[in-house]
Amino acid sequence: MRVGVVTFPGSLDDHDARRAVHLAGAEPVRLWHADAGLQGVEAVILPGGFSYGDYLRAGAIARFSPVMDAVIPAAQDGLPVLGICNGFQVLCESHLLPGALVRNDHQQFRCQDQTLRVESTHTAWTSGFQAGQQVVVTLKNGEGAYMADDRTLDELEEQGRVVARYVGDNPNGSRRAIAGVTNARGNVVGLMPHPEHAVESGYGPSVDGLTFFTSVLNSVVRA
Amino acid sequence: MSGGGGASRDDNGDSSTGPRFAVDTVPVAAGSADVEQPYAALGLKPEEYERIREILGRRPTSAELAMYSVMWSEHCSYKSSKVHLRQFGDKTTEQMRASLLVGIGENAGVVDIGGGWAVTYKVESHNHPSYVEPYQGAATGVGGIVRDIMSMGARPIAVMDALRFGALDHPDTARVLPAVVAGVGGYGNCLGLPNIGGEVEFDPCYQGNPLVNALCVGSMRIEDIHLASAEGAGNLVVLFGAKTGGDGIGGVSVLASESFDSSGSTKRPAVQVGDPFAEKVLIECCLELYAARVVAGIQDLGGAGLSCATSELASNGDGGMSVHLDRVPLRDASLSPEEILMSESQERMMAVVEPERLDDFMSITARWDVEATVLGQVTDGDTLQVYWGSELIVDVPPRSVAHDGPVYERPMARPAYLDAQVADSTVGLPAPEEGPELAQALLDVLASPNGCDVTWVTQQYDRYVRGNTAQAMPDDAGVVRVDEVTGRGVVISADVNPRFAQLDPYAGAQHALAESYRNVAVSGGVPTAVSDCLNFGSPEDPAVMWQFERAVSGLADGCTALGIPVTGGNVSFYNQTGDLAVHPTPLVAVLGVIEDVAARNRAGWQQPGLAVFLLGATGDDLDGSLWAQVAHQHLGGLPPPVDLEAERRLGRTVLAAGANGMLHSAHDLSEGGLAMALAEAVLRHGIGIEADLEGLCLRDGIEAFSALFSESGARALIAVAEDDVPDLVDLCAAQQQPAIRIGTTGSDSLRVEDLYDLPLSRLRAAHTGVIQRALALAASPA
Repeated sequence: MRVGVVTFPGSLDDHDARRAVHLAGAEPVRLWHADAGLQGVEAVILPGGFSYGDYLRAGAIARFSPVMDAVIPAAQDGLPVLGICNGFQVLCESHLLPGALVRNDHQQFRCQDQTLRVESTHTAWTSGFQAGQQVVVTLKNGEGAYMADDRTLDELEEQGRVVARYVGDNPNGSRRAIAGVTNARGNVVGLMPHPEHAVESGYGPSVDGLTFFTSVLNSVVRA
Repeated sequence: MSGGGGASRDDNGDSSTGPRFAVDTVPVAAGSADVEQPYAALGLKPEEYERIREILGRRPTSAELAMYSVMWSEHCSYKSSKVHLRQFGDKTTEQMRASLLVGIGENAGVVDIGGGWAVTYKVESHNHPSYVEPYQGAATGVGGIVRDIMSMGARPIAVMDALRFGALDHPDTARVLPAVVAGVGGYGNCLGLPNIGGEVEFDPCYQGNPLVNALCVGSMRIEDIHLASAEGAGNLVVLFGAKTGGDGIGGVSVLASESFDSSGSTKRPAVQVGDPFAEKVLIECCLELYAARVVAGIQDLGGAGLSCATSELASNGDGGMSVHLDRVPLRDASLSPEEILMSESQERMMAVVEPERLDDFMSITARWDVEATVLGQVTDGDTLQVYWGSELIVDVPPRSVAHDGPVYERPMARPAYLDAQVADSTVGLPAPEEGPELAQALLDVLASPNGCDVTWVTQQYDRYVRGNTAQAMPDDAGVVRVDEVTGRGVVISADVNPRFAQLDPYAGAQHALAESYRNVAVSGGVPTAVSDCLNFGSPEDPAVMWQFERAVSGLADGCTALGIPVTGGNVSFYNQTGDLAVHPTPLVAVLGVIEDVAARNRAGWQQPGLAVFLLGATGDDLDGSLWAQVAHQHLGGLPPPVDLEAERRLGRTVLAAGANGMLHSAHDLSEGGLAMALAEAVLRHGIGIEADLEGLCLRDGIEAFSALFSESGARALIAVAEDDVPDLVDLCAAQQQPAIRIGTTGSDSLRVEDLYDLPLSRLRAAHTGVIQRALALAASPA
């Protein structure tokens, strides 16, 4: 299986996302922000970083890049797309996911090992987890507070579209401690924490993150 | 962003190339010998100005004067330190040089780490700018050192930072500390470079002179090493990266060559402004240029900007260089030629490119949306010529600018106060004896600004990006994988105890070296190379110059004793406000090689039932200790004796034990002694210890107080499985390594037989939140 990883100018965790794809047993494919095509990949990852310097607003410029012109309709057609950190911000700016990510409530960048509870396993990227399973991955962001109005949040909860929640102290002021959400179809997932930094023993807090990447293999094979 | 620090001037909006100013040309200068020039205001001494006239055989043009003034500043020319720094080369033996691929003098030294890999690393100071404008000062400090590493052909793979501030409870620390940390993090995080360690220290001597020392390490295949030289007449000189603006004009000469004077004017506009996004793009763009083999020579633009880049490239090459300054893309069209030459705008690089490779070069920079401009070419002449339109405004021998600056043998004198300070030892100070007093002393040290947990700082740094960080703060050293297939990597630690250096700069520099060496070895790295960042007061003060000479000698002799070479370094003088100089702060960063980073040693044990040994001997070494600072605000006496042979032995022993696979953890002893090391080891993974120091006290002839708080060197705390104890004892005996068992891991407290039993929760409560609370207090109205 071929999984595309987009590199925007200012992407930082693209290398790590490609490594995670490789360790999960798939073939990582480099996608360049200025290219319109997706090279026939079967899933796409928008990695963490500071695309286009995060000028204006995190993810706001990346959303208009040529590659997103291809990603957006493909995602609407069911292509599995995972946005991590800055990628989550791009997905919200693209309206593929509801809500927005704003500056952490404590106003600082925060890097720490973070426990999450996987709330929904009905997505392309979390099908390999048990519902309610707790995992430890890396959290690192400056603008990671998930915001949406109450109606949207209620809707997300009712439809089982909250993918993961922070366990313990809320690290950034996200509403309802939300760490990740998905679209109605479950193929597009946005995650503020970084599963790609928890895929290899000795180089992160755990290897719990690998399941996000093996999940997509299985969902595509099944589909 | 335009107009940062440039002189305001009417701009007629004429954007065409060519002279916009009444420029001072070479022919004009040749014909007007008597024009008075503002050399003094540019920081040049009368005799330095005379030398320039001698070199040129005429008066310099104003552009030449600008170039010489920045390049002959202390910061760029090392004019006060050069005579002493020679020791590093002189005391390096052939054997030490074996792993050195590129030595001192290039942008950064390069070390062979095996497997076809080379690493380059360097530490640089950005002290004065970080006091004036803490966020940008610290941010551009990171940006500058990263470009140094890039210019060797390497991919930057990690950064570290060593930060020193005034007292934690001083109101100005609340201004400087958060902004410096945010600046280091803001820039490094946006570059995607993991921050793998460093130091944070508080002392009133840094009140008006905080120290911000940034380290960067990069890796490359050996065949990919690039050098800063302009060779081959006809090759093109290309400036690429950000546009040039008015920021940092004269920053080098103004900020680095004068001490702060409380009555002086504000120097805010002289600090550069950083754009980490531009630098991240520049990194990837450079690496693609290197991979495409279209770069014949490369130099970053840092201090002294174009003046430095052109003169260094030209003087390292085989001919001359000719550049057209009016082609430099500007953010601020009103900049004069002199200002363009001096501008320290960030995120710029200069490459030398063969004409037939230019199209390839330009297509790569275009792909990254990086602006690139051909400024001129390498010539077969022997001078650096700079044109403004058709006017020749600079015509100088490049070496005279870049390398043949003035060299001073400044007077040195042992500080008059030192005898009294050395005589004032800790002997006679009230010291704790009974268990409860010793427990309180430990809690006080753990909760002190220099003993407390620094997570508040390190959690603002991304330590995971790139996925190769095997270890970072709070373990003893940073460990980064270089080869993703074999796991080969590097281990780096940057250390200095300035209190020791204040009491004896020679010994203090050796302690810094020893501690860094020890941290690398206990983490599992074979110490291989040394870099330094020497922060001192004013070189015009003979007492400071004496401290500097002693520290350099100590470090050079220490490197010879340990058999590892200095690969490069940085000197920062004038860290002084009025008569108050900072403590001598010779930061030393040792780099070690580890064949597989998976074999690194953690600083704390992760399971109960392990046997804990103290390696090394303990003496009554309390002078200059953290305990003396915390309990008595005392700094006097002499630092612990340095025994580099013992350090080598300790390193060998720990590495051998690691190679045998018996180490569960290894932690160096330094500030706060054994008491602190035990507390850190139990807090690391939340597993306590039952310890007994009676045997140690008997063997070394010391009291419990010294056993706990002495800061004798060449010691480490290791944990091994019970089954491995006989092998460890044999190994230590074979190495003649003093080793004594002091306890067994387990429980949830730090228990020292007959002295104290402190629950981990109590240790943690004392140790954590100290910095947050102090800053919150400073922020709240009295």
